[in-house]
Amino acid sequence: MSTESPTPTTAAAPRGALARLLDSDLLHGFLRSPITVLSALIVLAILIAALLAPVIAPQNPFDPATLNLMDGFSRPMQANAFTGNVYWLGTDAQGRDLFSAILYGSRVSLLVGFAAVAFAAVLGIALGLIAGYRGGWVDSLIMRIADVQLSFPAILVALLIFGVFKGVVPPALHDKAAIYVLILAIGLSDWVQYARTVRSSTLAERNKEYVQAARVIGVPAPTILLRHILPNVMGPVLVIATIGLALAIILESTLSFLGVGVPPTQPSLGTLIRVGQDYLFSGEWWIVFFPGLTLLLLALSVNLLGDWLRDALDPRLRR
Amino acid sequence: MPAFILRRLLQSVLVMLTVALVSFGLFRFIGDPVNNMVGQEATMAERAALRESLGLDDPVPVQFLRFVVNAAQGEFGVSYRMARPVADVIAERLPATLELALISGFGALALGIALGVYTALRRDGWLSHAIMSLSLVGVSLPTFLIGILLIYVFAVELKLLPAFGRGEVVDLGWWTTGLLTTSGLKSLVMPAITLGLYQLTLIMRLVRAEMLEVLRTDYIKFARARGLTDRTVHFGHALRNTLLPVITITGLQIGSIIAFAIITETVFQWPGVGLLFITAVQFVDIPVMAAYLVLIALIFVVINLIVDLLYFVVDPRLRVQRTGRGQ
Amino acid sequence: MNKTRLALALPFALATLASVAAAPAAAQTVRWAAAGDALTMDPHSQNEGPTHVMNHQVYDSLVFRDQAMKLAPRLATAWKITEDPNVWEFKLREGVKYHNGNPFTADDVVFSIQRAKHENSDMKGLLTSVVEVVKVDEHTVRMRTDGPNPLLPNNLTNLFIMDREWSEANKVMLPQNYKAGDETFAVRNANGTGPFRLVKREPDVRTELERNEDYWGKGTYPMEVAKVVFTPVRSAATRVAALLSGEVDFLLDPPVQDLERLSAAKGIVVRSGPENRTIFLGMNQGAAELRSADVKGRNPFADKRVRAAMNIAINRDAVKRVVMRGQSVPAGIVAPPFIDGYDKAMDVVPAPDVARAKALLAEAGYPNGFAVTLSCPNDRYVNDEAICQAVTGMFGQIGVKARLDARPKSIHFAELPKGELDLYMLGWGVPTMDSHYVFHYLYETRTDKGGSWNVTGYSSAKVDELTKAMNREIDLGKRAGMVAEVWKTVQDDVVYLPIHHQMLNWAMKDDIDFPVQSENYPYFKLLKYRK
Repeated sequence: MSTESPTPTTAAAPRGALARLLDSDLLHGFLRSPITVLSALIVLAILIAALLAPVIAPQNPFDPATLNLMDGFSRPMQANAFTGNVYWLGTDAQGRDLFSAILYGSRVSLLVGFAAVAFAAVLGIALGLIAGYRGGWVDSLIMRIADVQLSFPAILVALLIFGVFKGVVPPALHDKAAIYVLILAIGLSDWVQYARTVRSSTLAERNKEYVQAARVIGVPAPTILLRHILPNVMGPVLVIATIGLALAIILESTLSFLGVGVPPTQPSLGTLIRVGQDYLFSGEWWIVFFPGLTLLLLALSVNLLGDWLRDALDPRLRR
Repeated sequence: MPAFILRRLLQSVLVMLTVALVSFGLFRFIGDPVNNMVGQEATMAERAALRESLGLDDPVPVQFLRFVVNAAQGEFGVSYRMARPVADVIAERLPATLELALISGFGALALGIALGVYTALRRDGWLSHAIMSLSLVGVSLPTFLIGILLIYVFAVELKLLPAFGRGEVVDLGWWTTGLLTTSGLKSLVMPAITLGLYQLTLIMRLVRAEMLEVLRTDYIKFARARGLTDRTVHFGHALRNTLLPVITITGLQIGSIIAFAIITETVFQWPGVGLLFITAVQFVDIPVMAAYLVLIALIFVVINLIVDLLYFVVDPRLRVQRTGRGQ
Repeated sequence: MNKTRLALALPFALATLASVAAAPAAAQTVRWAAAGDALTMDPHSQNEGPTHVMNHQVYDSLVFRDQAMKLAPRLATAWKITEDPNVWEFKLREGVKYHNGNPFTADDVVFSIQRAKHENSDMKGLLTSVVEVVKVDEHTVRMRTDGPNPLLPNNLTNLFIMDREWSEANKVMLPQNYKAGDETFAVRNANGTGPFRLVKREPDVRTELERNEDYWGKGTYPMEVAKVVFTPVRSAATRVAALLSGEVDFLLDPPVQDLERLSAAKGIVVRSGPENRTIFLGMNQGAAELRSADVKGRNPFADKRVRAAMNIAINRDAVKRVVMRGQSVPAGIVAPPFIDGYDKAMDVVPAPDVARAKALLAEAGYPNGFAVTLSCPNDRYVNDEAICQAVTGMFGQIGVKARLDARPKSIHFAELPKGELDLYMLGWGVPTMDSHYVFHYLYETRTDKGGSWNVTGYSSAKVDELTKAMNREIDLGKRAGMVAEVWKTVQDDVVYLPIHHQMLNWAMKDDIDFPVQSENYPYFKLLKYRK
């Protein structure tokens, strides 16, 4: 279809941007934008908290045996009527400490997010490089596949993969495999952007003198691609990846919300929200509120970082 | 131009065939169709007879051909779960989804362009900054959370709008519409907002970025230098030039609106194809999944064709450029 | 062509719009919602509560249980045992017409009973004792049983009568085979004699019923409702929002966590009462090994000590207090307190005892427990999925790692009869109000004659024999002794893990006067508006 009109986020970033990334100019710009610094801090904080969840969390919310049902519906910072236990952010219907659940839930969300982005990026970059460098029928084939893929929005591809998964994998393995299927599903649905961007950059780089020169002196194609072309397309890729991370996190929570993601006994942020939604009217607002807030903060901060990165890497938008 | 259109058509057919292949693969290889159609008590002879009558013993390419021919006639077999022809079920549900998608799509387009232009022209105004920040929040807030929030505020607390369903619908025989009744229109408000918000922010940010880009070009500077009024420059020249990518993206987004309708329809119990699909996934109802897949691809391909045609209308230069480049 | 149709349709549509606007506040329309839809409209295909609820509006049974749970006449006006103790005679109501105008006759009863005895029918278990149905005259039928069956009418409260002529014309002489995914005309169409006619049926979306103006019971019952619109709404929050915002008038299953808010809301009342239903877990104890367990070569559930350990792992009080918010009665027996043969002394709620449960498991050779899948419906019983999650945790505390597989009831109930689930949730109501129904469906050895919902593989010759014998016993004292003996046997064997007896709550607009019916069957013909 419209191969010549990449999305706006990708059009903006110029070549050779990675080199400029660590430039003091960029760092300077970063420090000058308080919102960006704040976003970075929030992402960092959630990241560390999620990584250290087993150490920080007072409870392992994924192990049903550690839950005490009588602790259920404890209000934040208030003693439970039956057990007298106090939980910072309260507990959910099963007596699961929400603070721990959010830490572990963010862990799932972030793991799925990062892994899916990495998967999509590697796949997309590889295909984009090959398509752009080889050209001809290889290029046509890859880009047509990308077109077909694009006709299916991420959520649909992911749901479809899940449908197939449920039909093929025996139910006993569903819980264990769910997270990998999520990564696969989200990753597979998102590689096209990378491929398109990398391809167009590669097309442009391919005819540059330095590449021509390398080719003439007999440098093998993979080396040219990895050493010379890849670094030059990393800027736009970084922007796509950052925004892709936010999208992946949201997609994961959406799938879990739709009930096809991770099982409710190992809740991610989306699952917590799905379950908590049932208690919105009965006054147990905290069950949906805190996971929702965490998800929003995380996605928003990552988006803000991506936004800033795109502007920063695009000199035309600099003031 | 005819050559270009022809090429596009051919490409579309190719896309549809690929999708049909995936869909056929689902249908044929995931979950034994025979097992799904007869109970486990069925004897081997009954199974064999059914295999025969379904043509499952023919070579796979023959089966695929039959699948494509049937699909082209809207024939997708029988839903495992509802035991009704899939085409009937989809035909019943499609109006609900299309109405929702079109309303929220056009709403997002109109509002998105307006806000995009505004924020581009008043780049440093406080309102622009507020809109831009809000739009990021909108993008970061998952659709389902927005839906839940709206239900809580407008249905439960304020009791202004219905919390679920399509309200009263009028049956026109070949179409059911909720647009002709008050309850139908009221029911449409929250789902349409929920569904359109993401596209709205997307279009708005796109229009803004493109506008800023165009406003920097020499051509605009030249137009200003010629002494044209701001209004003429902004709307006659700048906006016109930003429309091209906007059309592309919006076209692409309509496909995703229909897919995102899955979430909205789940939250609001909107009886459309999205809700049908998500139940099909939960029940591993392969015929419904396969048909939905083909349907979405078809909608996407058709929209893309329309978008390509619109290119010619909006930007005459492209006619020469495109056909010349042979892309 | 589309254009002309549109041109034709538009004025019509506008007229409809005008009529909608002009209609008075639709006071006689009851819009109601519940989590799940009826599985089918074929009245004999599924023996399931929500399915019967819908069919009770459209079809009539010979007899039914009124709001007071008393057996009341419906299509049968009188019934008695003839001189031959094996033969029941039913006098049929005269002048009754089906929705399509066909007259109701004895032929239809004979046809319907035979239809319900077909192997596709899920109602056949209620009719196993019936060997012959004969027409005496146009308005009299006799049923011969395979021995004296003094309680036969109790078995007919959910047995709907279909029009023979209509069934022949539409090729629905046989019940739909639900497991096999049959689609017949009767699945989405209905022609009953009931108080409402089926106007529109979109499974999982919307079902519309309209008052049958020619209903025979028009003078007998209030019949104030002119139109019934049912919408299944899976999400509990959305369901509550719908009642609060006035889009539905009646909720069959308001979430327990929202009862307080609903009661406090202006214009809404919650009516409550005990329900004739016990929720429990079943364990596959008959299989050589479990499909989902990590133990191979032997079946942990075959060992009574394991079942007993599971039984005392469950903290029923915690489930009641937290998950059910007090809306349940913890149970020690799979029998609602209403029914004949229920003994308070048997309904002892086992005290949770983690240490003893662990000791029992170790004794049985599972010191480290084992893993197994727990299958649950998520749209059938009150908080079914939450209960399952909670017991998953409790099993975890004794080392039994249960994986939860919660799915919609239409999958759950299609899979259950295959007998392949290791550990599952089920709820049982007793329409006959007699223990025999429980034994016959849940405890008898599974054959084509009985035990159709006993998918545990449990088989006891004594239970089978007594269950068969008790229905022929005319001496009620002796019969009660037999019932008690079966209860004792199955309780000792720990066949099931009872959790609780469900409480019923119906939430509705406060202008509706509609007390709960313990079978959870809202008969809309009985609904009255407060003036």
